[in-house]
Amino acid sequence: MSKTTQLELLVGAFMAAGFVALFFLAMQVSNLGTVNSGDSYPVIARFDNIGGLKVKAPVTLAGVEVGRVLDIYYDAEDFRAVAVLGIYSQYDNIPDDTFAKILTAGLLGEQYVGLDPGGSEDVLKADSEIAVTQSALVLEEVIGQFIYGRAQEGAN
Amino acid sequence: MIRQLAALGRSGLAFSARLGRANLLMLGMLAGVPAMLRRPRLLLEQLFSVGVLTVLIIAVSGVFVGMVLGLQGYYILSRFGAEATLGVMVAASLVRELGPVVTALLFAGRAGSALSAEIGLMKSTEQLSGLEMMAVNPQHRVLTPRLIAGILSMPLLAAMFSMLGVYGGWFVGVGLLGVDDGTYWAQMQSQIDWNEDILNGVIKSVVFGVVCTWIAIFQGYDCVPTSEGVSRATTRTVVHSSLAVLGLDFVLTALMFN
Repeated sequence: MSKTTQLELLVGAFMAAGFVALFFLAMQVSNLGTVNSGDSYPVIARFDNIGGLKVKAPVTLAGVEVGRVLDIYYDAEDFRAVAVLGIYSQYDNIPDDTFAKILTAGLLGEQYVGLDPGGSEDVLKADSEIAVTQSALVLEEVIGQFIYGRAQEGAN
Repeated sequence: MIRQLAALGRSGLAFSARLGRANLLMLGMLAGVPAMLRRPRLLLEQLFSVGVLTVLIIAVSGVFVGMVLGLQGYYILSRFGAEATLGVMVAASLVRELGPVVTALLFAGRAGSALSAEIGLMKSTEQLSGLEMMAVNPQHRVLTPRLIAGILSMPLLAAMFSMLGVYGGWFVGVGLLGVDDGTYWAQMQSQIDWNEDILNGVIKSVVFGVVCTWIAIFQGYDCVPTSEGVSRATTRTVVHSSLAVLGLDFVLTALMFN
């Protein structure tokens, strides 16, 4: 093999290895390989308190990811937080009386939206609203209620 | 007193003159890009000496940095019972910080110093003047391919570093310490974002590639054409590149991940 082809071969192998590494980072390390880039339809859920819920947090049903939180904003009229949930289009038979609650993965994990399907015949469509929601568990409030309860007991 | 003030002023003037020369050199090199595209052979040779020859040190350090991250991360995370997030910790620290930064530091030591010494020696043996005598622009012919090769190589090297580091952390965490294989990858995939983490890391390494190669070429091109001058230029390349990389890393991180 002449010297020139060897040089080209080595440089080519180097470039290829670099791009393979980038591809590996994309597919194996990041969420690009697993992200559901298909269409989703927005569903609105109002919460009294969203706790630490973030945009792009997963929306799960029976533990399976069926969507992502698209947007979170504050509704100044009824003083509640509005989370826009993007449900993947293939899940188009979720009942419209589904119950949405904000849950925490593990004790200190990230927060996500869990859906409990209801029994209605009608299904959620784009821009429909989930009526029944449960706020995020804020640890201070829970402890506060616990202490308040104990104090009440002591007074009686 | 007056003499000290004068010395201060002189060094300030010398500094801004150097900065000006560096910028003019950059413009000169960029102007040579079209000429270089007509002779891709020059770029190929530089990709070999700047990129291919740096792969080995990058690969070995990547594996070891990943293994250390796996060990240290496991030690700290297991205190909180959070070994499952080991993959996230290893991958996030590699693609965001250690990959671009350590690659750039190694690049400055391995390829940057070689570039400076080579160009400095070309200058002191008057090869660059010789090219000018033959009506060949030495900036376009000699420097531009080296600059482009450096800019192209750095992100690829950083990606290899991160990939091997992730496998190094996997080897220690999953292979030796018993973290679950599926958890390691699944947690990583759910937490590492392509745009947020990986693309920003790639942007970082491109910036470092420009800065390191620019400094190396400038120091070589601007050196005092003696053996001592070449040696000082080489030293300055490594010192200035390392400082520039670490300083810029702070600025870029503050801009990207705030």
